Amino acid sequence: MSDFPRELHYTESHEWVRLDNDDTVIVGITDHAQHQLGDLVFVELPELIALEKGDEMAVVESVKTAADVYAPISGKIIEVNTQLETRPELINEDAYGEGWICRIKPDDLEELDELMDADAYGAQCEESN
Amino acid sequence: MPKKTPLYDHHVKANALMVDFSGWQMPLHYGSQIQEHHAVRKNVGLFDVSHMGVVEIIGKDVVHYLRYLLANDIAKLKNEGDALYTCMLNESGGVIDDLIVYRFTDNHFRLVINAGCRDKDMAWMQKNTVNFDVKLTLMNDMCLLALQGPDAIKKLEFIFDKITSEKIAALKAFQFYIHDNIIIARTGYTGEPGVEIMVLSEHAKKIWEKCIALKIQPCGLGARDTLRLEAGYNLFGADMNENTSPLISNLSWTVSFKDESRKFIGRDALEKEKAKGISQQLIGLILESKGVLRNHQQVKINGDGIGEITSGSFSPTLNKSIALARIPVSNATDALVERRGEWMNVKIVKPKFI
Repeated sequence: MSDFPRELHYTESHEWVRLDNDDTVIVGITDHAQHQLGDLVFVELPELIALEKGDEMAVVESVKTAADVYAPISGKIIEVNTQLETRPELINEDAYGEGWICRIKPDDLEELDELMDADAYGAQCEESN
Repeated sequence: MPKKTPLYDHHVKANALMVDFSGWQMPLHYGSQIQEHHAVRKNVGLFDVSHMGVVEIIGKDVVHYLRYLLANDIAKLKNEGDALYTCMLNESGGVIDDLIVYRFTDNHFRLVINAGCRDKDMAWMQKNTVNFDVKLTLMNDMCLLALQGPDAIKKLEFIFDKITSEKIAALKAFQFYIHDNIIIARTGYTGEPGVEIMVLSEHAKKIWEKCIALKIQPCGLGARDTLRLEAGYNLFGADMNENTSPLISNLSWTVSFKDESRKFIGRDALEKEKAKGISQQLIGLILESKGVLRNHQQVKINGDGIGEITSGSFSPTLNKSIALARIPVSNATDALVERRGEWMNVKIVKPKFI
């Protein structure tokens, strides 16, 4: 079954956000999302640029379908997980850990409050099942 | 109400992700479709394909009827226990369905048809029984299991017995053997050696359980699709349909024109199409760069026009994306495919990737 860690923030489009000690955030797609997509075979990583919340920033492709990944918060992308270029399956194996996609320096950390907590996101996934 | 095969509870118990396929609740995968794919290429895998329809045809005119109904010629089935792949065409030469026909006796045959085509096939076949003494029955209590992979035949000894496994090992492709009312045929949709087993549902459950106890990997429709695509097998509804003839679907080899007196349904249309000149072909594409080719993407061939991907996916064996595409007849060796507004280079190859 899908897993929803309490300390994360979630979007309706299935990204997760973890606030790090240095006030940057780490972003990935949720365990629920990877499960729905199936085996991932290709990740188009974000570029190191500034984005507005909701902008398309990456593409994940599984055997069966492709999905856009959207910026969950406005800011500048400062690091991407280059391991995913050769090992996209890390998202399937460890969506909240080694399968992270990028690190963003947010323009305004208060935007995090607009995201869902684990309970709200879990309820959304439950409804769509 | 979605339909379920008799093995539905077994799939749920094995943690399958169940999805709708042509109105049937079927397993897409049991965790990882890529792992299932590799299991079939390297060892062995087990599929429940009981959503496919088994049609029994009995009567004194069965041979005449099937020689009229089907584009391939069942006169090629010399012996009881022989099977044949064929298309069933409409009057315009379009493919109504592709199927395997099994010969039991001169007045007893069976067909295995696609799940999504059950109703229309039965109606079409029934309509064409006029003038023939035949009786058609869709066998709803029949299950179909596919055991596929380089180790599949060896496993039969443990599922059935040594004699049965030796009998099956001695068969050629498209021959079948009957053991205890179970039809075991050397057929499949993966490009690997193996068998398809036609068996009543209660017994099918026992065979499934035995295979799981033998640690045989259950495989879902996800792996079935990537396996058949690598092997270059067409999927009805994607690579061909009622509006495409076998001649533009890489299936000319399945149409038998040899007996000129055999007026099978669609023959006139195909002969006209041939006389006019074949304008399209189904070919293979390989994407050398990253990304995944998808159904309906456009294929641009320099100077020769535009085609379309009919089945695009990822090949776990080659670790790159492959596709079948219908394009204008051309000698080109490469083409361009549009993906998210960009044109990617693809290689044109024969539609067999392994």
